[in-house]
Amino acid sequence: MAAIGREVTPTRRNPVAEFFKIEGTATALVFVILIVLFMITAPRAFMGYRVYMSFMASVPPPLIVALGLTLVATAGEMDLSFPSVIAFSSYVFSVLFQQYDMTWLALVAALATGTLMGFVNGVVVTKLGIPSMIATLAMMFLWGGLVTVVSNGISIAIPDIQGSLIHTIMVGRIGGVFPVQMLWAIGIAVVIWMILNRHRFGENILFIGDSAKVAKVVGIAIDREKIKLFTLMGFLSALAGAFLTVETTTYFNSQGTGYLLTVIAAVFIGGTSIFGGSGKVAGTVFAALIVAVIEAGLVASGIQGFWTRFFIGLVFIISVVMNTAIEDPDKVPLIKSMRSRMRS
Amino acid sequence: MTSTPIVQLENVSKHYGKVVSLRNVTLEIGSNEIVGLIGDNGAGKSTLIKVLTGVEPPTSGTIHVRGQKIDASSYTVKEAHKLKIETVYQDSSLGEKQPLWRNFFVGRPITNWLGFIDVKAEKRIADQIMRSTIGFRGVGIDVDTPVSRLSGGERQGVAIGRAMHFDSDLIVLDEPTVALALKEVNKVLDFIRSIKAGGRSCIYIEHNIHHVHEVCDRLVVLDRGEIALDAPTASMTYNELTDFLMSLHKQRIVGAA
Repeated sequence: MAAIGREVTPTRRNPVAEFFKIEGTATALVFVILIVLFMITAPRAFMGYRVYMSFMASVPPPLIVALGLTLVATAGEMDLSFPSVIAFSSYVFSVLFQQYDMTWLALVAALATGTLMGFVNGVVVTKLGIPSMIATLAMMFLWGGLVTVVSNGISIAIPDIQGSLIHTIMVGRIGGVFPVQMLWAIGIAVVIWMILNRHRFGENILFIGDSAKVAKVVGIAIDREKIKLFTLMGFLSALAGAFLTVETTTYFNSQGTGYLLTVIAAVFIGGTSIFGGSGKVAGTVFAALIVAVIEAGLVASGIQGFWTRFFIGLVFIISVVMNTAIEDPDKVPLIKSMRSRMRS
Repeated sequence: MTSTPIVQLENVSKHYGKVVSLRNVTLEIGSNEIVGLIGDNGAGKSTLIKVLTGVEPPTSGTIHVRGQKIDASSYTVKEAHKLKIETVYQDSSLGEKQPLWRNFFVGRPITNWLGFIDVKAEKRIADQIMRSTIGFRGVGIDVDTPVSRLSGGERQGVAIGRAMHFDSDLIVLDEPTVALALKEVNKVLDFIRSIKAGGRSCIYIEHNIHHVHEVCDRLVVLDRGEIALDAPTASMTYNELTDFLMSLHKQRIVGAA
């Protein structure tokens, strides 16, 4: 047997580096820093519990979409169609509730609609060979246009859903304060983590995102797995749409459009690789919170709301650089040249 | 060859549009032999391997594995794995960002009925393979190390160890020594000998004719999609082999002119 020896270089374990190797710690740290910062700049809002309860009511829909998009990005793909899938499932749910008094059946129908749309997205990406970024951009227009046509462009209000069983189970308040949807979102995050890190499907996603060539030669059915992935993404978008509709008790045709950029930002702030092959579910959870906290925190600090996007952009760049540096410092040219200068 | 050959190709052709990559190739790989596959860039080596291992279907011709005819339309990499044929590609067998243990089992993980991976079992077995089969005794590499931190020779070792673990009868090595230091080349050559010692067969694709002549039982030369030579290594000295390859080269220049 051939033995491949290595020069024995005992590596000293750096505790700080070890800490940041744990999934999501870097993003969690940014989140904590922001909270502390806002506690100083806006103590009246951030020292009380109400602001946190309001986060936990509003974050779950974009978080659920971001969890799905984390898997999509890990496979090296992109899905821009989710705002329209959210609107579509919201429409299906609202119409069935308003006109036929359906509750659970309306939910099932909304989820089925989104799942089907996701499946179509997957087929368009794999079988027509259009890069997913472009294909799903087209599908965003297509689905979004379709739902506007079908709904005649009007909004639907379903205030009667308040007090119903489905409302209590999906978006009720435990003890009158804690939004149940956050528990659902955390549960979904755990399932997505298990799928990505412990399931055969997740492993296939990791290898497809790492290198399509490798995935092919190790026998992964790439097209089939991608279709499954987009179908799951459609399902999760629809689920987010359902939570949003039940919480806000309205449907309108541009629902979900506001999530487009913040959801994508959350995925990459969370540490999922921009190049595919590595996904951080825990990071996405904290990053979704970060995006919401920045929005609320700036306003509460008395800074004009216009600054929100600027700060999200700032945190975005810092996070992506930090995450890349944690993975491999030499991938950041600035750090690389600084390190090589320090060595010489 | 007394037993049935592991693989038989009969009149296999492969076209990519108008480009003919393989033309009527007939080839047998017997059990427990190392076959060296030589040929210039574009001679059809890679295509031959892709057809043989289910990555791409042939345009025409038949493939038999252990006497059984293969249905080209349903022949996939997974099927080839089931038939105990495994390929180690030069640079595309391992996922760079993934830890070693995942790379050992990707495509055929140990899972429960729900499809969840038994990570503990996979890590334990991966550790065994690394220590015993391929003899990784270095500090600084363990089953959690991502492939991107391994040297070229170590990567070949991981891929070959994986093939041996899954008990492949035929291991195809696609230029395993390219871009390796001399010390590591010798280790890879030892791996190839250990494949034979383990009673398995190997197709060894190589540019370096010296290595091929050193370890192979039989030599197959591909030239512009056709087999130009298929002979036991013992029937030719190293010099005769190089002369033969040079003559092919000259023919081509004359043919082109």
